[in-house]
Amino acid sequence: MDWLGPAEWQAIILSLKVAFWATLVSLPFGIAVAHLLARRAFPGKALVNGLVHLPLILPPVVTGYLLLITFGVRGPVGGLLQPLGIVFAFRWTGAALAAAVMGFPLMVRAIRLSFEAVDPKLEEAASTLGASRVWVFLTVTLPLILPGVLAGAVLAFAKALGEFGATITFVSNIPGQTQTLASAIYTFLQVPGGEGPALRLVAVSVVLAMGALLASELLARRVQKRVGGA
Amino acid sequence: MSVSVRVSHRQGDFLLDAAFEAPPGITVLFGRSGSGKTTLVNAVAGLLRPQAGRIAVGDQVLFDSAAGVFLPTHRRRLGYVFQEGRLFPHLSVRQNLLYGRWFAPKGARREDLGRVAEMLGIGPLLERRPGDLSGGEKQRVAIGRALLASPGLILADEPLAALDEARKAEILPYFERLRAEVPILYVSHSAAEVARLATTVVVLEKGRVVRQGPAAEVLADPAVTPVGARAAGAILEAVVVRHHADGLSELQAGGHPLFLPQVGQAPGSRLRVRIAAHDVILSRGRPDGLSALNILPGVVHEVRGGEGPGAIVSVDTGAGRLLARVTRRSAEALGLGPGVACHAVIKSVAVAPEDVGGR
Repeated sequence: MDWLGPAEWQAIILSLKVAFWATLVSLPFGIAVAHLLARRAFPGKALVNGLVHLPLILPPVVTGYLLLITFGVRGPVGGLLQPLGIVFAFRWTGAALAAAVMGFPLMVRAIRLSFEAVDPKLEEAASTLGASRVWVFLTVTLPLILPGVLAGAVLAFAKALGEFGATITFVSNIPGQTQTLASAIYTFLQVPGGEGPALRLVAVSVVLAMGALLASELLARRVQKRVGGA
Repeated sequence: MSVSVRVSHRQGDFLLDAAFEAPPGITVLFGRSGSGKTTLVNAVAGLLRPQAGRIAVGDQVLFDSAAGVFLPTHRRRLGYVFQEGRLFPHLSVRQNLLYGRWFAPKGARREDLGRVAEMLGIGPLLERRPGDLSGGEKQRVAIGRALLASPGLILADEPLAALDEARKAEILPYFERLRAEVPILYVSHSAAEVARLATTVVVLEKGRVVRQGPAAEVLADPAVTPVGARAAGAILEAVVVRHHADGLSELQAGGHPLFLPQVGQAPGSRLRVRIAAHDVILSRGRPDGLSALNILPGVVHEVRGGEGPGAIVSVDTGAGRLLARVTRRSAEALGLGPGVACHAVIKSVAVAPEDVGGR
């Protein structure tokens, strides 16, 4: 694949890295929040639901700016984390954070639906057989929601691969550090003669997105077969 | 090991206020739907926390509102057979069966998978998924799953209600076999199931226990008709004498011969036979020239009129106490009352195979 230059490779690998970590790290939180929204009644539930969905509705630039003033080096959270060696601003980790936040509502929606499809009576049955709450979750609930978890993870991954607005606002567009696929395409389009590399990256984006969707479809079908049937 | 339950719980308009003792064997909670049976069983299972009461299995206290004890469900060491099976769809039959074993305490007595699978006839199903099983098969797996958790008590909430007659007949014998192994609390609104399985009957009405005691005693009481007089019937204990070539089996109950359509059990086996009250005819004199084969002389114990034109008469015969459902008009015409001698006539073919069970 020598038709891709080193700068383009850099952007592709960085995008995959950012999307991978964004998905992996947000997954446990996504499952926890989906569980909370699907199964628990608590005061302020509507507020939590709204907060989770906010990145879906807000202009990405706004989300990026909010991240910047919160997680920036002088932000309330960023300032606290900096002495611990955790820095988001203008690093690839910041790009991952932005991607995770933007993909979170999609992930939670998919997982929440699969939680709602699990019959609580099966969980009751497991508890009568001696399984504590944690074991019930691990041996009954989790396997049954697996298709939804996979679907949510793939959606979040795809969203992360394509994230642009919040990322560029929060962590800028630094080659090798925060220049993801989308930012790289944008940069190439800003310079004369950049259409060639831009087009190649567009092709790569399409292939990656399709590949992810197909893989998830296959996985989901296999899991559904294993889980399916009452 | 016996189970002692006292529960008081209000849910909206419904007040459950019940107490009973379940000695070893099968204790059937018997009553109409809405009488509080399932609520009681769920309280024993810990799926519901009653507002007040005390529940103990042997000397282990599961719940005591006064002492603030509430053992969570997973620590109660139960096996619960639900009406709808509730098998785990993502696990094979074998994994379903062994599910409870992962959580059983180390020292617990271990049921053998092979033995249970053979007893329930599910050996060939072990590698299948619950989705591929028939209703009867699912229910047998559910019973096996409960048993293999090595429970101190099995709960069964109308485990046969979702099955057709043939499947019910297929499963009833398995519960009869369990009767000797572990105490069972069994919810039912079927008089036939009660007669077939119960060691002890607890009759529930509108959240209250109206009667409890040994099955034969409670069922022979004409006042006990929680699911309607139509379902009334008494139990006779009998021994198989021989099988005749014409398809009849000869049994003996209290020294009296009893002819029934061929039963499955070998000569010498002890059986319980449910005689439905509407299959018994009463006659003052010994009837002559009648096609019915079973005529038992006896004495009327009690006549109880209900709503409508019917009455239930209990008759003490040499074979045991029988119930007969007759019209009030006939009861008056025959002058039936306590102490009156009469003959109870049972038509052989009226006794269906599902009314005959092992003891």
